[in-house]
Amino acid sequence: MYYLSNTDVRNLETKANEIRQSIIEMLVAAGSGHTAGSLDMADIFALLYFSVLKHNPEDPDWEERDRLVLSAGHICPVLYATMAHAGYFPLEELSTLRKFGTRLQGHPHRTALPGIETSSGPLGSGLSQAVGMALAERMDNPYTSKFVYCITGDGELNEGQIWEAVMLAGKEQLHNLVVIVDRNGIQIDGYTKDVMPLESLREKFESFNFHVQEVDGHNIRTVNDAIGKAQSIYSQPSVIIAHTIAAKGVDVFERDFRWHGNPPGKGPEDRVEKSDQGKVALEKLRTLGGMITPSDS
Amino acid sequence: MFVDHVDKKVCTPEVDAIPNRNGYGEGLKEAGEKDERIVALSADLTGSTRTNIFADAFPDRFVQVGIAEQNMASVASGMAAMGKIPFVASYAMFSPGRSWEQVRTTIAYNDANVKIIGAHAGVSVGPDGATHQAIEDIAIMRVMPNMVVLAPCDAIEARKAVLAAAAYKGPVYIRLAREKTPVVTTEDSPFAIGKAEILFERDATHEKSVGLVVTGVLAHNALEAATLLAKQGVGVTVLHMPCIKPLDTDALEVLAQDHETIVTLEEHQMAGGLGGAVSEYYSEHMPKRVVKIGVPDTFGQSGEPEELIAHYGLDAASVAEKIAKVVL
Repeated sequence: MYYLSNTDVRNLETKANEIRQSIIEMLVAAGSGHTAGSLDMADIFALLYFSVLKHNPEDPDWEERDRLVLSAGHICPVLYATMAHAGYFPLEELSTLRKFGTRLQGHPHRTALPGIETSSGPLGSGLSQAVGMALAERMDNPYTSKFVYCITGDGELNEGQIWEAVMLAGKEQLHNLVVIVDRNGIQIDGYTKDVMPLESLREKFESFNFHVQEVDGHNIRTVNDAIGKAQSIYSQPSVIIAHTIAAKGVDVFERDFRWHGNPPGKGPEDRVEKSDQGKVALEKLRTLGGMITPSDS
Repeated sequence: MFVDHVDKKVCTPEVDAIPNRNGYGEGLKEAGEKDERIVALSADLTGSTRTNIFADAFPDRFVQVGIAEQNMASVASGMAAMGKIPFVASYAMFSPGRSWEQVRTTIAYNDANVKIIGAHAGVSVGPDGATHQAIEDIAIMRVMPNMVVLAPCDAIEARKAVLAAAAYKGPVYIRLAREKTPVVTTEDSPFAIGKAEILFERDATHEKSVGLVVTGVLAHNALEAATLLAKQGVGVTVLHMPCIKPLDTDALEVLAQDHETIVTLEEHQMAGGLGGAVSEYYSEHMPKRVVKIGVPDTFGQSGEPEELIAHYGLDAASVAEKIAKVVL
């Protein structure tokens, strides 16, 4: 685990804000895509790609890299934006999201873009693939320090396959597997508590032999500490339930399940008209909700 | 007449009968000895799929996932991403039957180097009934991009199919049967992905000529039907297609040139399987009538294997009768 100084945390927060701006821009350009989860995972993605992961954007297939599996494939705008900011491909390419011929498919395709570990979108199967990676790695190297990180949604936990994978990870005591659940409380049809109640999530995972931590998914220092602890747990797989605010960063979109699957420009109009949604979102991000005046504005 | 490399005891009472899943078990162990990247996964059907032979030899390279076929498919994909060559085995009804989407997205779309073994395919599963009789698996697997589809005719060929699949880089489906079935081929018989093999050549002096294309363990029935029909003056060439995808279109082209009538035989729905693949090829390249023999858009049922094979018209006598009706 890498200790984060105050400056490191500030830099990661700034990076997360830049990633959020890219997410808004790419979703507006695409005219479709998933806003809420992409925005609310920006802090964790910034932390992962700019501090936690062993990886090399210059050599995406580097054998010794950690693996990051995005099981919730629909929030790929945050993955693509973060990868571009980390140097995997040019930032300009972000505007090709979901367009014909793009490497940035609507849901990630492993063979389309270097650095994408798996194809995902149909929910649940990313976690199984992460379990397979962790198992294979441990077969070759029982004392491995190569970690497999898997990002799931919370609505995704409705899938039966998730619990098949969790059962196997628990049985195999996959210490090199770290699952991070985006606990934003929403899914397409509504709030998770209404669509399919998940609680107590902690007890569910614990009963499957997981080490469970619950954190504020927007507190970079806390998430970093939790990942450090997860890495040090030797006899169990780990899950970090990251409590996030759906669509975090754009207050007029936050906590509203209708922003799960709509891009700015096509979202609910109670607070901002469709035609202004992209502009308002960028303005909110650039001024931190009106609290600051960016030096270049 | 039988070609040289066919077992000499074929179509005699002395013919050996072995379940072709045995060939899988032995072939997997052999492949595992040659290549340490090979791993095996089972969903609580280790013995009946014969994966136990590998598991006993290489316990550290065997993963028991419990009764969870969907998870098994995607776990295998993840292992392949780390350089392993996973073989996942269950009954075809469950894998790929239940796990079809996971196979499509995480194995085929990922172009993952995973081999899927669908054991206990066909109505010859017998008493377990329709829930356990996969007769749609060829159709659902051959429509998947990147997927190779194999249906070996006996235990010897199943072993070769496993070795070929292990050496091939990419997703492969291998369809196997439950019952003991006659050993048709020999160690010398050729086997290659993408290749069909003639097992029996028609008597050219016969007026009527039929090209009988067969896949899987019904190959023996096809050979018996060919010998029965020869006595009635019908010349039947048996073309065995252990590889349904990629389809050996060269062999089909030659067959169509030399034979008036083409017949397909498979232990599968008449729609979408071998008959479907062969019809697709001919209809586009060289219009030719294809008579399909298979299960006619219905489910299986409980019964003894031989009763069911006869009930669905897949035994040698029924096949011969159907062909005679078409050509005579």
